Amino acid sequence: MMFDAQTFAQLSNGLVYSAIAVYALALLAYAAETAGRVATTGTVGADSQARSRLVGAATIGAGSPDRSRLADAAPVVDDPPSRSRQLGAVGTSLTVLAFGLNLGGVVTRGLAAGRAPWGNMYEFVLVCALTAAAAYLAFLSRRPVRAFGVWIVAIVLLALGLAVTVLYTPAGDLVPVLDSYWLVIHVAAAITAGGVFTVGAVATALFLVRHRQERRGTAQEPRGRYAASLPTTRTLEQVAHTAHIFAFPIWTFAVIAGAIWAENSWGRYWGWDPKETWAFITWVCYAAHLHAQATAGWRGVRASWFALAGYAAFLFNFFGVNLWITGLHSYAGV
Amino acid sequence: MRTAVILLALLALAAIPGSLFPQRNVASDPAAVINYARENPRIAPWLDRLGMFDVYASSWFAAIYVLLLVSMTGCVLPRSRRLWQSVRGAPPPAPRNLGRLEGHRTWDTKQEPVEVIATAAAHLRRKGFRVVTTGEEVRAERGYLREVGNLAFHLSLLVFLVGIAAGRLFGFEGRVAVAEGGTFANDLSQYDAFTPSAWTDVDGLEPLSFRLEEFDVSYQTSGPNLGQPTEFAARLAYRAGSAQEKTITVEPNHPLDVNETKFFLTGNGYAPLITVRDGRGEVVFTGPVIFLPLDSSFASDGVVKVPDAQPTQLAFEGFFLPTADIGPQGPYSAFPDALNPQLFLTAYTGDLGFGDGVPQSVFTLDKDQLTQVRQNGQPLSQALSVGETMRLPGGQGSLTFDGVSRFANFQVAYDPGKEITLVAAVVLMVGLTASLVIRRRRVWLRLRPTEDGGSLVEVARYSLTRREPPPDEIENLMAALHRPDRSATASKDAPA
Ligand code: HEM
Repeated sequence: MMFDAQTFAQLSNGLVYSAIAVYALALLAYAAETAGRVATTGTVGADSQARSRLVGAATIGAGSPDRSRLADAAPVVDDPPSRSRQLGAVGTSLTVLAFGLNLGGVVTRGLAAGRAPWGNMYEFVLVCALTAAAAYLAFLSRRPVRAFGVWIVAIVLLALGLAVTVLYTPAGDLVPVLDSYWLVIHVAAAITAGGVFTVGAVATALFLVRHRQERRGTAQEPRGRYAASLPTTRTLEQVAHTAHIFAFPIWTFAVIAGAIWAENSWGRYWGWDPKETWAFITWVCYAAHLHAQATAGWRGVRASWFALAGYAAFLFNFFGVNLWITGLHSYAGV
Repeated sequence: MRTAVILLALLALAAIPGSLFPQRNVASDPAAVINYARENPRIAPWLDRLGMFDVYASSWFAAIYVLLLVSMTGCVLPRSRRLWQSVRGAPPPAPRNLGRLEGHRTWDTKQEPVEVIATAAAHLRRKGFRVVTTGEEVRAERGYLREVGNLAFHLSLLVFLVGIAAGRLFGFEGRVAVAEGGTFANDLSQYDAFTPSAWTDVDGLEPLSFRLEEFDVSYQTSGPNLGQPTEFAARLAYRAGSAQEKTITVEPNHPLDVNETKFFLTGNGYAPLITVRDGRGEVVFTGPVIFLPLDSSFASDGVVKVPDAQPTQLAFEGFFLPTADIGPQGPYSAFPDALNPQLFLTAYTGDLGFGDGVPQSVFTLDKDQLTQVRQNGQPLSQALSVGETMRLPGGQGSLTFDGVSRFANFQVAYDPGKEITLVAAVVLMVGLTASLVIRRRRVWLRLRPTEDGGSLVEVARYSLTRREPPPDEIENLMAALHRPDRSATASKDAPA
């Protein structure tokens, strides 16, 4: 049976809507898991509290990279009651399924348009949601980061919701200036970095939450319980660091590829177009973050704010600049 | 490092206003700053004084990045010296108390100390460590490339700046619109706009000329993106220096490139073919006249100036509609392609004002000394299809719409620093990746004789980077030591 472009376009829309539905179910499962975990955190109580204090002390005490392995001995989140754990597993399975549907939606979109499926904002968001989910699942396969699930899936849902309501564009050809091989590379790199930065930002934000709780020892209070149910600051910090270290060179490459594309299209590789400016700001924020992580007195909490600023700049570039500020890039089309 | 963090944060903040206010020499719209100043007459002069319309060329922006680069150089040069020393030197001795390090393990062995040390050294060498041994210690280190990458990356930023500066000092940008059949020679006088740099050699522009043979454009004629362009192509016959004439098709992303002077196709529009006769009945103008597009359906406006007409100079002003149609608000263009082209013109007589020597734009009329032509008390205005003629009352002249041709707009760029910048970017990319991915670390093994005649083996490692070293490195080393026969064979093919 031969599929034509129209069929693929419809199939893509169907897959995207199914992905949204399944992500929503995954969100419910993860939310229920989180609720269960938080509810039991207080009762696991004094013991886990003491352990997490110990972990905090070990992490702060270890100025040099040769940190003790103490933290690994305290898998505070790894023993929630089994019902909650099952819900978490269901959430993960649903996320994997939704990821598959999301992927299908992107691939069929590409088949419908006969090109790489990242030519307008609707498609950027589809692919960015996909890479964020992929980065999360990749981390999940090696580290205990299921506590992120609820946040990642919520962000992905929000992004896809925006995509189908506000940004939707029918599948079609590109305007000729966008029809470039450097564009394909540039956008692919930017989107990949964006997905990984998303995981980095979630890990960083949770690190801040958890860090506050460890310092204040508020696991008994309702507000501290959620924080206490999270992975240790050490795990969170490492996940964030790995994500940033992975995404930063990709982002650097995206900016360079973008400059090469600009040179090919307009004869100047950098023109301080708003899009370029915010890519630069993003880059500089993350560079500041990496430096702060290597600076005594700034490592940890202060450095985290730079990473979050970088992510905010990335988001602003993605949404703010595309929708509100005009420049040469704005004919990428909404 | 704290200086670097603070300066980087400042750099990020300083870059923001440039994306919020219109910028000179930057924006796609050259009139943006002027329009902004007109709309905000109160604050614009203040913003201007603060350099807000020229952020990236302002002294405060330059101050930040120059300080950053100076501090970076001050930081990185001593580090280079230390790296050089450590690359030439041997891995350092084990700290007294290995027990405080990560991955610390101890066990007893009956093996000969020499054998243990040889096996461990061979294993670590095979894993890419640089290794030295003493009678009772193995000292190993790897990941020196991380530092090399870090240094290369930071120093490439300086090269980067050199490349940017070269372009800013010697390059230029320009713009020129050429109608089909029209020619261009690379000379200052032929540009519609030309922005030189401080030291641009304006008399030594690359010798080249071209003729626009044909300009093709196609549009989607159905589907959701109806009217969206699908293809632009400008066919040029060009001659570089004294070489043979060649033809080339210039498309978006495929410029004409003659020794780094590049012509990019960045826009297009219509140039109606027009013939004008004057009051004596003589042909005083014939050829294409560029009309500038106003919107995506290519409704365009333009003027025709005929200074050679006698007894009075003539001028025409009006619209060109490629696919003319009449809507409730009057004539409009229904499609960007030329399916039903029409010209809507009014006419003027009098003095075009060329006499006073002030250069004027070809796209606007100076109406000070012109009189609009009237008929029956109304301004004369006429819609012309191809082949039709507009006659001025009283035999003052006529204009014939002969046909439709197109024009192509070229953005011209010459940037001699581009290659330097590209090389710096590649070094930056490779160096950065190496510096982030490679994990520099040391591994030590120490032997101490025990009372029963065997030895106590101690291993541990120390990471010089924040990222965790590979998790099973120590386990692998132990496995190699616990199975001496396998390691013994392996050590034979290990590099000496
Ligand atoms: C010109 C602006 C600068 C930029 C864009 C920049 C960028 C970076 C980046 C992206 C890294 C991360 C690589 C890594 O973590 O290994 C880094 C690391 C580093 N930078 Fe810079 N840097 C700049 C200026 C400086 C300055 C002024 C200093 C000295 C105070 C400096 C010293 C370092 C050091 C020592 C590292 C290694 C950090 C570590 O060991 O993790 N950099 N730089």
